[in-house]
Amino acid sequence: MNDFKFKVLELLQEDARREAAVIATLLGAEEDEVTKAIEEMEKDNVIVKYAPVINWSKVHDDKVTGIIEVQITPERGRGFDTIAERIYRYPEVKTVYLMSGAYDLQIEIEGKTLKEVAFFVSNKLSTIDSVLSTKTHFILKKYKQDGIILEDHEDDHRMLISP
Amino acid sequence: MLKTNKSMTDYISPVVKGIPPSGIRKFFDLVSGRKDIISLGVGEPDFVTPWHVREACVYSLEKGKTTYTQNAGLPELREAISAYLYKQFALNYEPSNEVLITVGGSEAIDLALRALVQPGDEILIPEPCYVSYSPITSIVGGKAVGIETYAKDSFKLTAESLAEQITAQSKVLILCYPSNPTGGIMTYEDWIPIVNLVEEHDLIVISDEIYAELTYDQKHISFASMPGMKDRTIVVSGFSKAFAMTGWRLGYACGHQDLIAAMLKIHQYTIMCAPVMAQQAGIEALTNGLEEKDRMVESYNQRRRLVVRGFREMGLDCHEPKGAFYAFPSIQSTGLTSEQFTEKLLEEFKVAAVPGNAFGLGGEGFIRCSYANSVSELNEALERIGKFVNKYQKLD
Repeated sequence: MNDFKFKVLELLQEDARREAAVIATLLGAEEDEVTKAIEEMEKDNVIVKYAPVINWSKVHDDKVTGIIEVQITPERGRGFDTIAERIYRYPEVKTVYLMSGAYDLQIEIEGKTLKEVAFFVSNKLSTIDSVLSTKTHFILKKYKQDGIILEDHEDDHRMLISP
Repeated sequence: MLKTNKSMTDYISPVVKGIPPSGIRKFFDLVSGRKDIISLGVGEPDFVTPWHVREACVYSLEKGKTTYTQNAGLPELREAISAYLYKQFALNYEPSNEVLITVGGSEAIDLALRALVQPGDEILIPEPCYVSYSPITSIVGGKAVGIETYAKDSFKLTAESLAEQITAQSKVLILCYPSNPTGGIMTYEDWIPIVNLVEEHDLIVISDEIYAELTYDQKHISFASMPGMKDRTIVVSGFSKAFAMTGWRLGYACGHQDLIAAMLKIHQYTIMCAPVMAQQAGIEALTNGLEEKDRMVESYNQRRRLVVRGFREMGLDCHEPKGAFYAFPSIQSTGLTSEQFTEKLLEEFKVAAVPGNAFGLGGEGFIRCSYANSVSELNEALERIGKFVNKYQKLD
């Protein structure tokens, strides 16, 4: 990854709706260069998707998110990947990470109710052969997500004119 | 009861009465309290002080670090400043007697002028420039001599214009590069003829380098790092711009030990010491804050490109500012004065900028626009200024 593409990514991460022309001006580059870089990164799956960061708690309070620590036995020759795939194919599974430490996979699941998440764990997750144990935690409040503070905006306290 | 029919202002010293009101102050009153405007008139970063610096300050308070410090400032902070200046700008100051911590760069400028100037001395000040040099010069009884700089020279100080104003009474030259308000800088080559004049006329230099970290595409060259200039130069700087720490009021002066000792003499009686919590924060900023500072500088640079391009596209002449966070476009093509332009712009399109004439000679016909604002606000402001300019250029 070259430095230019890296900078384009940083600007897009700040605001994915930024137009190529604006990014070009900010970086002192030509619009064509930016468009080309973005196309390449889309093709290479570096830029996977342009999605807004949504504070769902403002929309409906009853959405439930569970974080589940999963211990598994890796399969010979294929490690954790096959099991991870079996889990991430479920649409209600929002994230799956392979972890170092006391457990192997960390999974984030969204459901309408506590029960729905609990049933997913007991019926779908725990029944997979290689899954040894699970530990479910429920998220009560999100303060910050993907580097973005959800609730709090730091206001501009500056005086309007200063020397 | 006052005797006879004196008014209270009759008691005020004629020197203070003689100081003209700041041009910025007048404009400040116009915008004060308004929530509906976009202001490009703000002379400070749009970043909040990085969290690790704020946190370090809170921690120091929790640990009970609330006492006076040495008059010159915490030794640890002076050492950090010395190491930082060496690394960034190849400046070499002994922390124990060549560094003085002050309440903002402003105090350092005041101390330097008070320590150096006696009535009748002439103080050379390249303009347009920051608003405090000339008033402080008057307060200490000196005579401020403006040296006009021009857009055609990218607002650099030229040897010709400096030489024109030097007399037998000239004592101090005040430099402010990177420049507020113009964004102009001075390179090594630009400094050489100035160095010669300073030497030839035995001048002392107060070099306000508060924007030293904010240069784009090239590194700042400190005047004190020029050959033979260290002893003749008092470098004034601080934490406000580089580390987004304006409200902390933390600055410093570095120079020859005799000059610093003289400044310290005044400082110990008037200020005692800079606030200890700000000093603690300053140590954290210098120790762990340089990466964050680089990110902020990169972000200013991006927005600098945006506004310069914006002004040029709307047909205003805008020299390329290579430092600080201001653009200083010419508004002469509109046929308006700086004050008319900024007042009408505020009235009609709700964008505030600072009229260039507030910054002294050579400022008329320009406006100062800070780009320390979010990209979306800058875009909106540029669009409005574009409409405004279009309207008035057509009236010609």
